[in-house]
Amino acid sequence: MPEIQNFTLNFGPQHPAAHGVLRLVLEMDGEVIERADPHIGLLHRATEKLAESKPYNQSIGYMDRLDYVSMMCNEHAYVLAMEKLLGLEAPIRAQYIRVMFDEITRILNHLMWLGAHALDIGAMTVFLYAFREREDLLDCYEAVSGARMHATYYRPGGVYRDLPGQMPRYQSSEWRSDADLSRLNEARAGSLLDFIESFTQRFPQRVDEYETLLTDNRIWKQRTVGIGVVEPERAISLGFSGPMLRGSGVEWDLRRKQPYEVYPDVDFDIPVGVNGDCYDRYLVRIEELRQSNWIVSQCVDWLRRNPGPVMTADYKLSPPSREEMKGDMEAMIHHFKLFTEGFCIPEGETYAAVEAPKGEFGIYLVSDGANKPYRLKIRAPGFVHLSAMDEMVRGHMLADVVAVIGTQDIVFGEVDR
Amino acid sequence: MSKTRGWLKSFLLVELFRGLMLTIRYMFSGKFTVRYPEEKAPQSPRFRGLHALRRYPNGEERCIACKLCEAVCPALAITIDSEPRKDGTRRTSRYDIDLFKCIFCGFCEEACPVDSIVETRIYEYHFEKRGEQIMTKDKLLAIGDRYEAQIASDRMQDALYR
Repeated sequence: MPEIQNFTLNFGPQHPAAHGVLRLVLEMDGEVIERADPHIGLLHRATEKLAESKPYNQSIGYMDRLDYVSMMCNEHAYVLAMEKLLGLEAPIRAQYIRVMFDEITRILNHLMWLGAHALDIGAMTVFLYAFREREDLLDCYEAVSGARMHATYYRPGGVYRDLPGQMPRYQSSEWRSDADLSRLNEARAGSLLDFIESFTQRFPQRVDEYETLLTDNRIWKQRTVGIGVVEPERAISLGFSGPMLRGSGVEWDLRRKQPYEVYPDVDFDIPVGVNGDCYDRYLVRIEELRQSNWIVSQCVDWLRRNPGPVMTADYKLSPPSREEMKGDMEAMIHHFKLFTEGFCIPEGETYAAVEAPKGEFGIYLVSDGANKPYRLKIRAPGFVHLSAMDEMVRGHMLADVVAVIGTQDIVFGEVDR
Repeated sequence: MSKTRGWLKSFLLVELFRGLMLTIRYMFSGKFTVRYPEEKAPQSPRFRGLHALRRYPNGEERCIACKLCEAVCPALAITIDSEPRKDGTRRTSRYDIDLFKCIFCGFCEEACPVDSIVETRIYEYHFEKRGEQIMTKDKLLAIGDRYEAQIASDRMQDALYR
């Protein structure tokens, strides 16, 4: 009688369903997973160490590249940490802009997640439809910051520039009739706020369409219901946050529990799941799409009515306007000091967390009074969720691993940092 | 009653046909895609693409080698050497941007006190040999000369917000 051993399967790092560079070593008994061992670090770029060697403001761009699907939320956590230590508050308009773009980022992230998750499980169409809406939102990113993904838009003390009064339009070409062109440009006639408003008006119907394709679909249900169940108590002790925790039925949302910026003033609900399986987490995220859309439309309303500064007027922290800098010696000196040395943050340590689309994204910042951080620690939600991979897939089939990776919404930029 | 209805719905594949109806409807509606090389997606005047160095209208280069961009660059992609020119003014003798290092954050443009280094709308370029990714001063000035009208109108549109 030969000795029977478990089969060890190497999943990734080049597997398309591994969402980047996840390598899973799976110990299998037939097609049932006995043990899953995630190997990480293939996308390690030493962001935490890198930040120690740069003035504070120069690391903002690197925060975008952590969780590269929810760019502005990462920036937000970093900027909040700096503001906490400086004892600084951004102007109210900047706070509304930040909240609006945080929610736009949440929609972007959940659309990407929805498309990729469905694609992994075998539904192709949602991916294409989700990218149609992502295109509109990425245009908003580009309109304010100039980059479609790595925005570098939030700054300590506000945001870089105010929202533009004009939205870029499609140019005419011989490939498109005038009627078709005006259909494409219909929403782009006015300002960025008009564009976002028209988006918020048409988006709920789009979410209905995704739901038509997935929610009742029997294949989707067979692949997600009862897969990767996490009990509420277990979810808390594993350190889950975000939709992973809410899917298990724990009502926990930093936007409500530890409000930051203007979240206390906006109205929204926190969706929670019941069973804690992949299907419930899907439903939670779908509802978050609707809630985020609702928050964005409230912010648009407010921003329309309240013009004002978007950056603190403290020239030790934010550069003076171009015009002032060119005419005034004092402003010129501030400009030069700020861009060569940056600014110093008083000695101390702080932890600032935001409710990123994936969960609690936190920055722990230690300052020794210099213009560079003494230590920067990033608390990435994906890392915590990935450590529960073994527990979530044990006893499931190989194909369910893909569903669990999808439901955890893993992005390797933040897991490996 | 509801049990029979549920069974009937499941048996007749109702939810699958609903999904198919949706996709069929989209087959015949207007398209959102763009025929890329012929048509381009809209671009914001704030777009941060390939760099350029600008000149004043009289043909004199703007850059005065203050090295603010070099200091502020998070990726250390910019290298500048400077020396006084024959007429006594201070200019760069070398201005290199390593595009492999650059993260296109736009800080150089933000820092430049004379609006010399700018990030243009250009996003389609390629390299064929190693070393071509280093944008030298000549290359950057050539891009600036070629696209000056576009660059100037973009800065004009955004001047309100800066």
